[in-house]
Amino acid sequence: MNITKTLDAKGLACPMPVVRTKKAIDTINSGEILEVLVTDKGALSDITAWAKSGGHTLLEQKTEDDILYFYIQKV
Amino acid sequence: MTAQKWSAAKVARKVIDNEELFILDVRNEDAFQDWKIEGHKFDYLNVPYFELLDGVEEILPQLPTDKEVLVVCAKEGSSVMVAEMLAEAGREAAYLKGGMKSWSSYLEPVKVADLNNGGELYQFVRLGKGCLSYMVISEGEAAIIDAVRFTDVFIDFAKEKGVEIKHVFDTHLHADHISGGRHIAAATGATYYLPPEDATEVVFEYTALTDDLNVKIGASQIDVNALYSPGHTIGSTSFVIDDKFLLTGDILFIDSIGRPDLAGVAEDWVGDLRETLYSRYRKLAEDLVVLPAHFMIIDELNEDGTVARRLGDLFKENHGLNIKDEEEFRRTVTDNLPPQPNSHERIRQVNMGKVAPDHNEQTEMEIGPNRCAVR
Repeated sequence: MNITKTLDAKGLACPMPVVRTKKAIDTINSGEILEVLVTDKGALSDITAWAKSGGHTLLEQKTEDDILYFYIQKV
Repeated sequence: MTAQKWSAAKVARKVIDNEELFILDVRNEDAFQDWKIEGHKFDYLNVPYFELLDGVEEILPQLPTDKEVLVVCAKEGSSVMVAEMLAEAGREAAYLKGGMKSWSSYLEPVKVADLNNGGELYQFVRLGKGCLSYMVISEGEAAIIDAVRFTDVFIDFAKEKGVEIKHVFDTHLHADHISGGRHIAAATGATYYLPPEDATEVVFEYTALTDDLNVKIGASQIDVNALYSPGHTIGSTSFVIDDKFLLTGDILFIDSIGRPDLAGVAEDWVGDLRETLYSRYRKLAEDLVVLPAHFMIIDELNEDGTVARRLGDLFKENHGLNIKDEEEFRRTVTDNLPPQPNSHERIRQVNMGKVAPDHNEQTEMEIGPNRCAVR
């Protein structure tokens, strides 16, 4: 996977992970991939639903050592 | 204009007083569909906060200007953001302090009745979770039944009333919420009772709650009588209080009946449930007022905020008490059951004393509706 940008949103509480993710996705081009790192568990459903509602593709989501990783391809 | 902060207690008063309120719920659609703040006269709009990051202009026409608007989310953060955006747009808006987490935890004590010789019976209504706990008070003493895990609420209430907590009961081993019973008993020196049939795996000391057990509260000797009534669990026990009230635990609710499957053995317990509802309870006085351990829908609340109904009325009106055919009854309570409560197996482990998660984890485990009933 060719990651264009990585956003570290660890330690941030709702709504900041989604707010920062949105800002970050605005800075990359269509088809490029954003990696997001989050520790707030609520982000799991929220970032997933946000990506869906914006038409972006969530390519992969995984959890390692209590850190949630999202790989979002911009629409 | 700035956004106002509302407590769960303030919202609870609006539910009980039947006031109007417009709730802008900014959680995910799934979360909103699953579980929300229910009120008789509440209106709702569900728009996830992440669809409002560019502004709230689009939803302004959908928000009333002649009603209070409360923004609600899971924990608080997003509702503060959205309420402030509304305030900047010139709208009055409030957010719920602590979000749905605090709503799930809030208990409202409501007086059910005065008992003989100055005694009192209180119902603690946990609106956000549908749990009901009880306190019987009489001349300096108190008994508590089905306490939820917020032990301070009960201990402080007893202090306020100037009574000593002597007896703490759980009608059964709960699967939908974490019991505060044995912790209250430990903190106050009260006796903690649990039905032995439900307690085969518990790892703490308790006193056996058995059929016909009788305790008397205070000098006026308010009677608390145990009645073995299995079906939701094999140990489920009801109480008759002061010969007037029937505490049914999770066996019989106002608009539904208990489900027999939360310990994984529905087929085994259907017969017990039938026997309790159609035989044991039928032998009781119809004028007893039923006080259950849960409500499922807001319509089960009476106008004064209590959840209570005459037993005779339930025999007429409650669908679960009117299924003549035994086979149909069996199908009703074993097929097509609603989903099981969140973390129900782990909650049972906590209530057995086998695991002791921290406060935050307990809160997470209890999120969502109680789902103890079948209609």
